Amino acid sequence: MTAPNSTAGIFPLDKQGLLEAYRTMRTIRDFEERLHAEFAKGDIPGFVHLYAGEEAAGTGIMMHLNEKDRIASTHRGHGHCIGKGVDPKGMMAEIYGKVSGSCRGKGGSMHIADLSKGMMGANGILGAGAPLVCGAALAAKFRGDGGVAISFVGDGGSNQGTFLESLNLAAVWNLPAIFVVENNGYAESTSRDYAVAVDSFVDRAAGFGLPGVTVDGLDFFAVYEAAGEIIRRAREGGGPALLECKMIRMYGHFEGDQQTYRGKGEIDDIRANKDCLKLFSERVVEAGVIQRAELAAIDRDIGAEIEEAVVFAKAAPLPTARDLTTDVYVNY
Amino acid sequence: MARKISMRQAINEALDQEMARDPSVFIMGEDIVGGAGGMGEIDAWGGVLGVTKGLNAKHPGRLLDTPLSESAYIGAAVGAAACGMRPVAELMFLDFMGVCFDQIFNQAAKFRYMFGGKAETPVVIRAMVGAGFRAAAQHSQMLTPLFTHIPGLKVVCPSNAYDAKGLLIQSIRDNDPVIFCEHKNLYGAEADVPAESYAIPFGEANIVRDGKHATIITYGMMVHRAMDAAAALAKQGVECEVIDLRTLSPIDWDTVIDSAERTGHVVCVDEAHPRCSIAADVSAMITQECFKALKGPIQMVTAPHTPVPFSPVLEDLYIPSADAIAKAVARSRSH
Amino acid sequence: MSDQRIVPIVMPKWGLSMKEGKVTGWLMEDGSRINPGDAILEVETDKIAGAVEAHDGGVLRRRVGEPDTVYPVKSLLGVIADPSVPEEEIDQFVAAYVTPSAEDDAEEQGPKYEFIETSAGTLRYAKRGAGDDTVVLIHGFGGDLDGWLFNIDVLGEAATVYALDLPGHGQSTKRLDNPGLDTMTAALSEFMATVGIDSAHLVGHSMGGAIAMHMAADDPDKVDSLTLICPAGLGREIGGYVDAFVAAQGRKDLKPVLEQLFADKSLVSRQLVDDVLKYKRLDGVEPLLKDLAAALFGGQVQQDQPGARLAAGEAPPTLVIWGRQDEIIPATHAQNLPGAKVVVFDDAGHMVYMERASDVNALIKQHIGG
Repeated sequence: MTAPNSTAGIFPLDKQGLLEAYRTMRTIRDFEERLHAEFAKGDIPGFVHLYAGEEAAGTGIMMHLNEKDRIASTHRGHGHCIGKGVDPKGMMAEIYGKVSGSCRGKGGSMHIADLSKGMMGANGILGAGAPLVCGAALAAKFRGDGGVAISFVGDGGSNQGTFLESLNLAAVWNLPAIFVVENNGYAESTSRDYAVAVDSFVDRAAGFGLPGVTVDGLDFFAVYEAAGEIIRRAREGGGPALLECKMIRMYGHFEGDQQTYRGKGEIDDIRANKDCLKLFSERVVEAGVIQRAELAAIDRDIGAEIEEAVVFAKAAPLPTARDLTTDVYVNY
Repeated sequence: MARKISMRQAINEALDQEMARDPSVFIMGEDIVGGAGGMGEIDAWGGVLGVTKGLNAKHPGRLLDTPLSESAYIGAAVGAAACGMRPVAELMFLDFMGVCFDQIFNQAAKFRYMFGGKAETPVVIRAMVGAGFRAAAQHSQMLTPLFTHIPGLKVVCPSNAYDAKGLLIQSIRDNDPVIFCEHKNLYGAEADVPAESYAIPFGEANIVRDGKHATIITYGMMVHRAMDAAAALAKQGVECEVIDLRTLSPIDWDTVIDSAERTGHVVCVDEAHPRCSIAADVSAMITQECFKALKGPIQMVTAPHTPVPFSPVLEDLYIPSADAIAKAVARSRSH
Repeated sequence: MSDQRIVPIVMPKWGLSMKEGKVTGWLMEDGSRINPGDAILEVETDKIAGAVEAHDGGVLRRRVGEPDTVYPVKSLLGVIADPSVPEEEIDQFVAAYVTPSAEDDAEEQGPKYEFIETSAGTLRYAKRGAGDDTVVLIHGFGGDLDGWLFNIDVLGEAATVYALDLPGHGQSTKRLDNPGLDTMTAALSEFMATVGIDSAHLVGHSMGGAIAMHMAADDPDKVDSLTLICPAGLGREIGGYVDAFVAAQGRKDLKPVLEQLFADKSLVSRQLVDDVLKYKRLDGVEPLLKDLAAALFGGQVQQDQPGARLAAGEAPPTLVIWGRQDEIIPATHAQNLPGAKVVVFDDAGHMVYMERASDVNALIKQHIGG
């Protein structure tokens, strides 16, 4: 007999899991949309690259990880940070350049890290995370703790030598490393089809002797299931793999990008038909597993949480001259 | 107890003892074991110049031969260090930094600062440096200044077997990323080295010869050239203090400035190219800190602003000589 | 050198590792009258500076060694001769002088160091001479047998001399189980038994003096006589040296600590500081010294008073030598051992056996009856 609200046979997660997935994706979305608004006001220094629209991929993968597992992110790292459990208040303060930020205001949007959560950093250098993840996977292998390490790279960054060398190294050493290609169709303004010669990233994986899977990155469930299989295999000593998530970014490469390279109507189509959060909500509500009101309650919680993060970040103290020269070395 | 061993053996011993002491230490690099996956002998090489020979048998599974893939494995060393391991990655020739520099200067060097002091990256990158091996332009450079420029990195360049062991042990125990530069022409040089483990702290220059008339400041292979010059000058009654910097980042400014103030004549010797070199850096700092104590212009003796040539005739001309150092001392003293 | 009327002054060999020395200056003019024991010229090695003293009397006829010049050991530095010897003969002697090679020297001396296994680990020692009497030299806290460089060869002329590195010191195993006077004395006892010494004239410096007294009190049959040089164990006061020595991490903070050892601070050469640092930096040495310091001198008080126990019983013939300017252990402690012969040198500190080496050597030779 099936209990009320059972997800069995419909979804790979129980109701609690589904609500958690929604909460994470909604947190990322609200965080990014709020940044979009605040950036336009001119209060946020530097570059900000938003993950809005790509939440299903990061969340679907991260839900399989524990704190021992490690990830290395990209310049578009806010979603990965939130998915890996980094505190949004600290992140927001970091993006505002405040001393209460995750990195004491010294890293900014492109360098948010929390090693205690296994988040090895967003990264301003494209493709740089892949070798680092080989090292994290090697450490896990030395310790025999069953940990896995996941490198995120965009379709653009996947052309870097570091990424390709890392596929080989991970394969040669049979590391518990997973390479996620977040293919959102554009490297800055250059389309994936122009810059990547192969039709599928799975072909690239094959060239290095790795299994590869391509999934619809807008479909949380597709990502969740594919990632689950790959991660389980890596944990059990089965070695590295590549996961391509085909996805869409809702905003420009960075905030301020006029996106003139996009086709006519492309953005409207994304908003209307390709919003991964909307797709997720419709699926779980239509299946009768979750009520709209339950999602709305989460929306209200998250809205308050992000508001609190922004208030905190704006009120947080700025670094002082003293902070300029600290934290360069452990000792020198 | 101490006995005479070569710098090659001293480095091998430091690696051996630290691996025995700390299970988080492991070594990776190209051919550091040698023969991996082949039909012949395993442990065939022990590195191209035999520095890691024999370690694989003592520490099975903890020496990883890598593909020829510096950016991947140097980056992996950095990543493993950020995850609590203490990797020692051998880059073979420091000249190969060109294909993995991002992993060193944008990743390892910056983690601690970018992450607000919350990261530790205790990675050691060992690499051969220096000319005199007839290895030409891409295997002979003294690229130390490129690394000392980068905040977050520590840079070490020992001149003898005793220092090599103690500084490498300190490098492995140190919680910051360290570039450990081994002069390939010093591998065979022997010195009294204790069999016990010991660490030499960073930022402590060694005064290898006392003198009151001039100060020669240098590091690595050039320490030996400076000592030859000092011996020749002593015959003429000129006593030179010779300072071996040992670590180039940090630098022991106290010892440097103190000596410059005492002698008033300074010669900075560097096997690197002249522009933005260690010699230029030290010269500038002395001028800023104790200009009034100087009795003559600071002299720099460096390699020329050329790539390292192949022909032995040219390479010998390229490397700063004891004679050039002695002449530089005389030039300063002629003022 | 068959001509006994002409006596060469040569670069001395102070200690086992000395290969050359630098003449830093002459203390006597040409033509000066020289008496045995006079300081003639000053020499500096990479370890220490000292004066070359005359073994024979005569007139300083020729100063060969140039100031600020380095000479190998046994090089001719000067000539002493009777005024009756003609100048030409001095010229001929100087021209004909051949410095013995270092290899010949090594063969003469046998191995520099030997090692034995004991329950306290490997112990290093040196052995000199072949006399009937046996002398054992025992260094102080943080020291080693190389500290006897001005003494061991001279004493070796009169006796069979052993100098050892105590456990945890020098090149002996860096391990100390239950650090304290009992275990140090037990290690000395085991050392003597292992190398075949039934009894010996013990010469102990500082902590080594306390060890020697401890053995004399507990095991009098093993001790022929005692020479106590600025010994611990004769009173409670002790300066801050030990803790500062343990705490010092680099050249700059160690040098002023080592300067406490000498009346003449210039004797603390850069090389001496470097050698001590090399020892202190060995893994395990710092905690070992910390433990030993706590056991022997915790709270800056000498915890053991073997002198009092020795005074209560029947002490062997005892010579106490002190430097008046000792900054570590006050020279007034010399009075705390009734019946001992006491010699205090005004112009010396804790390292009186280095600063007044030839006087101390002569006193020891006399004391052991050599």
